Amino acid sequence: MRGARATGHDGSQRQPPKLALRDVVVRRQGRTVLEVPSLEVVAGEVLAVLGPNGAGKSTLLRLLALLERPSSGQVLWEGRPVTGDPLPYRRRMAVVFQEPLLLDMTVEANVRLGMALRGLPRREQRRRAQRWLERLGVAHLAQRSPRHLSGGEAQRVSLARALALSPEVLLLDEPFASLDAPMQQEMVDELESLLRETATTAVLVTHDRAQALRLGHRVAVLIAGRLRQVGPPQVVFAQPADAEVARFLGVENVLPAQVVAVQGGLAQLRVGPHLLWAAAESVSGEGQAWACVRPEHIVLAPLGSGEEAGSARNRLPGRVMRLSPVGPGPQVRVDLDCGFPLVAYVTAASAEQLGLGPGVTVVASFKALAVHLIPR
Amino acid sequence: MDLLWDGIRGAFRLLVDLDPEVLRVTALTLLVSGLATLVATALGVAVGSVLALASFPGRRLALALVNTGMGLPPVAVGLLVAVLLWRSGPLGALGLIYTPAAMVIAQAVIALPIVTGFTAAAIGSLHPHLRLQVLALGASRWQALLLLLREARLPLLAAIMAGFGAAISEVGASLMVGGNIEGETRVLTTAIVLETSRGNFDLAIALSLLLLALVFAVNLLLTTVQQRRLP
Repeated sequence: MRGARATGHDGSQRQPPKLALRDVVVRRQGRTVLEVPSLEVVAGEVLAVLGPNGAGKSTLLRLLALLERPSSGQVLWEGRPVTGDPLPYRRRMAVVFQEPLLLDMTVEANVRLGMALRGLPRREQRRRAQRWLERLGVAHLAQRSPRHLSGGEAQRVSLARALALSPEVLLLDEPFASLDAPMQQEMVDELESLLRETATTAVLVTHDRAQALRLGHRVAVLIAGRLRQVGPPQVVFAQPADAEVARFLGVENVLPAQVVAVQGGLAQLRVGPHLLWAAAESVSGEGQAWACVRPEHIVLAPLGSGEEAGSARNRLPGRVMRLSPVGPGPQVRVDLDCGFPLVAYVTAASAEQLGLGPGVTVVASFKALAVHLIPR
Repeated sequence: MDLLWDGIRGAFRLLVDLDPEVLRVTALTLLVSGLATLVATALGVAVGSVLALASFPGRRLALALVNTGMGLPPVAVGLLVAVLLWRSGPLGALGLIYTPAAMVIAQAVIALPIVTGFTAAAIGSLHPHLRLQVLALGASRWQALLLLLREARLPLLAAIMAGFGAAISEVGASLMVGGNIEGETRVLTTAIVLETSRGNFDLAIALSLLLLALVFAVNLLLTTVQQRRLP
């Protein structure tokens, strides 16, 4: 199965998207709650739909899952509009909701239910249930009633139930939002490796930026029922399409990095032409990662002044591209070109003192601790 | 005090002797109320499911009507069914007045709102996303409905028990549409009323004990089924 889907990103360019929305509008009681001119889910990718609560994320997911019909517009499956009974399409997908939503039957029967509804032979049902319960570390609960499971165990069963269906598209609606933080982290890691292993096409709806970065190949930002921006994470986070997106994401430098070494609690990263240091709390070895640096943690100093030394481990020369005010406060946003785009916040006073202006070269410095690493 | 004591002693004698008339009355009671419950369950679970799951204009009004119907006075139902089935009434041609069938109809009408209301409440108490989850697993609409009913089976059995309890304990409507004809439409409740008015307290008490035992046995059976749970 993995081989059949391995065409992934490149091979799918010529194929129509696995799942798509076209000119979709959802109205409730005369109010437009969702308006999506176009959204595509490409085979093999994980699309993270990111947005605040009440943005219409769950509605979007229910449209994709064919559990709700749009007021107008179409859902396309492999390029063809879905018309008539959506049941055959639903039987090729799986949905994991925020709540585990297990039925009052044994854990194993819960995992087998979807397979039974899809007409899989009993032997195959048993085999897959066993395999996925084991894979998610809950095989010992197979004959138990879901009523006695913890929140984390129940959500693992729910995930096993979805994955056992070998869905062509896996739809996840805030799947871990009801779990506590350490459990959430564990489940996100688990899901990340599961998605990678199975190369499953997936849509993850979340309000959590770290989850979107961790799991999404592409990020779609949904605010107030409209898609504001769709793109690779580093673009969306570094260049928010508008002020509202920026406010929701919290402007942040998200830099694609290669971890080249980890030693003594520090990770050495290659970012563009530069080597940077970061606290290695969330990575254990070499590999791809996102390096996140908040603009207010970046200090600017004149080139060669010696002042830039300080305690900051990371020092990058960069050319000022643009200055722009941030909100009503005294903060100024400085867009730098350090071989990659970098955004820093300084006060208006220090911007004047440093003589900042387009074309001026400065040194941007920040501590290793200011770099937050998210593996990818 | 003697009256009560004699009554209870006489009652036990009648029960131990398995008086044929008592047996016949008991059997008819079970048949009539059982059928009425069956009819009320078939209709009530269907209507209750629609009320709980569908969204249509007038749904609130319908629910309010059903809830009002749960307190429907049996005498009013008896009057309505009697008028409908009266020989010169709109359904008189069916010749059902003073037959067990008429009693089944009346009792079903009394039990129907109870089963409907409890069914709507039972399904309404499930997690609102459970239906979506079941559909997402690949259930058709019918399969989804069956799975939800299965999930709500405990409160649903309570609905059926409540319907049966209302049917078997009701006396006014049965009297009005059945006529309490000996050997034909006499059931436990109507017989109790008659024997009490005649002063045959031993027989009345014997029938009452039977009625209680019957209700208890049926509820015990349903409760046992209901409480059969997973480890």
